[in-house]
Amino acid sequence: MIYDIIIVGAGPAGLSAGIYALRSGKSALILEAKAYGGQIINTPDIENYPGIKNISGFEFATGLYEQATSLGAEVKYEQVISIEDKGDIKIVGTEENLYECKAVILATGAKNRKLGLEKENELIGYGVSYCATCDGAFYKNKDVAVVGGGNTAIEDALFLTNYCNKVYVIHRRNQFRADPKDVDQLKEKENVEFVMNSTVEKILGDTIVEGIEVKDQNTKEKKTINVSGVFIAVGQEPDNTMFSNLVKLDDSGYIIAKEDCMTNVKGIYTAGDCRTKTVRQLTTAAADGAVAALAACSIID
Amino acid sequence: MAAIVLSKENFEAEVLNSDIPVLVDFSASWCGPCQMLAPIIEEIADEAGDFKVGKVETSEEMDLAIEYRVSSIPCLVVFKGGKEVKRSVGAIPKQAILELMK
Ligand SMILES: Cc1cc2nc3c(=O)[nH]c(=O)nc-3n(C[C@H](O)[C@H](O)[C@H](O)COP(=O)(O)OP(=O)(O)OC[C@H]3O[C@@H](n4cnc5c(N)ncnc54)[C@H](O)[C@@H]3O)c2cc1C
Repeated sequence: MIYDIIIVGAGPAGLSAGIYALRSGKSALILEAKAYGGQIINTPDIENYPGIKNISGFEFATGLYEQATSLGAEVKYEQVISIEDKGDIKIVGTEENLYECKAVILATGAKNRKLGLEKENELIGYGVSYCATCDGAFYKNKDVAVVGGGNTAIEDALFLTNYCNKVYVIHRRNQFRADPKDVDQLKEKENVEFVMNSTVEKILGDTIVEGIEVKDQNTKEKKTINVSGVFIAVGQEPDNTMFSNLVKLDDSGYIIAKEDCMTNVKGIYTAGDCRTKTVRQLTTAAADGAVAALAACSIID
Repeated sequence: MAAIVLSKENFEAEVLNSDIPVLVDFSASWCGPCQMLAPIIEEIADEAGDFKVGKVETSEEMDLAIEYRVSSIPCLVVFKGGKEVKRSVGAIPKQAILELMK
């Protein structure tokens, strides 16, 4: 079978694209490496999606998924590892299968950026975490560190002050990028300590996190902070390296495309957080999904 | 069969003393990725032949979570002969979970 459109990624952009493709009478296969919903399943509260006052990420994702699949979108859990452009036909490869289609929409989103330290991967689940709202409760009355200076880091730190004995906030600059209101609220807390101008050099502990080593960027002095948890909130990064021989990426690895969601290859579109853009949010992901799907539909008879 | 609800009281009998391998899902109602995983875990429990499936609601069973050093959820742990043999953190597809049981 040749699908009309194959969508890579079942996050908000990919599922929105699926909805628009199906409603235009096209067949669509959505290939997802992990779980549908993408990044948004990690957040308990969404309060800025137009038309919905408040919803959890899980509910939002499930609503989108049900809308797309009830229209007839097919979702398979396979990671896409290759795409071959044969002109009018594209061949999409996963570990298990090869699929053919007339147009591809890359909606691979972004994933949590890692610090890139030794032991970081090994200790995930043993003290290293990227989701404070998921895991905060396991650190009741313990000392933890939050690494980062953006909105997520400050919100994570605020959340953790409710459970933890002490929360260290490690930030490599001397000012936060986060919402000043949240920063002020965090400063009011008694159990928070700011470690500014500092980077994490090492995660300490063999089988479980015991601490971190931080380095002051001004004095170059190193010190050890004993913590049982490290919450890493240093932003997101794209994961498009397997498509770099096909579509053009910018220096940070995002797929180069404008509002029209077109890549440099005919019949290959991109939508959501994985493309070059300034605002990476649900609304812009959904909008891209619609634009990319309709553009794809227009080249298929 | 539905996934067995595990607690401090039945953990030994259902998991540690089980004759067949046990897949244990440590989760919590407040965690989005856990909610994503929950229906898949139930599906696997329904279909499982040579192993069984249990779930721990960590908000109610914090002691169990601490005992098994669970600090990120969802956390899937496979027990064989009373011992942990495999562990995976985060929401993963059904096929990947079945792979853990092999
Ligand atoms: C903690 C947190 C809270 C947030 N809160 C909000 C909020 O309140 N409001 C808001 O508007 N936005 C919020 N965002 C941002 C929002 O989640 C993203 O903008 C949105 O999810 C982007 O959608 P997407 O579909 O482009 O990408 P993603 O959500 O990243 O989805 C991409 C999907 O593609 C899959 N994938 C990647 N590569 C492959 C491959 N090779 N093969 C198969 N599948 C692949 C991934 O597994 C993933 O499921 C938040 C983000 C985070 C992390």
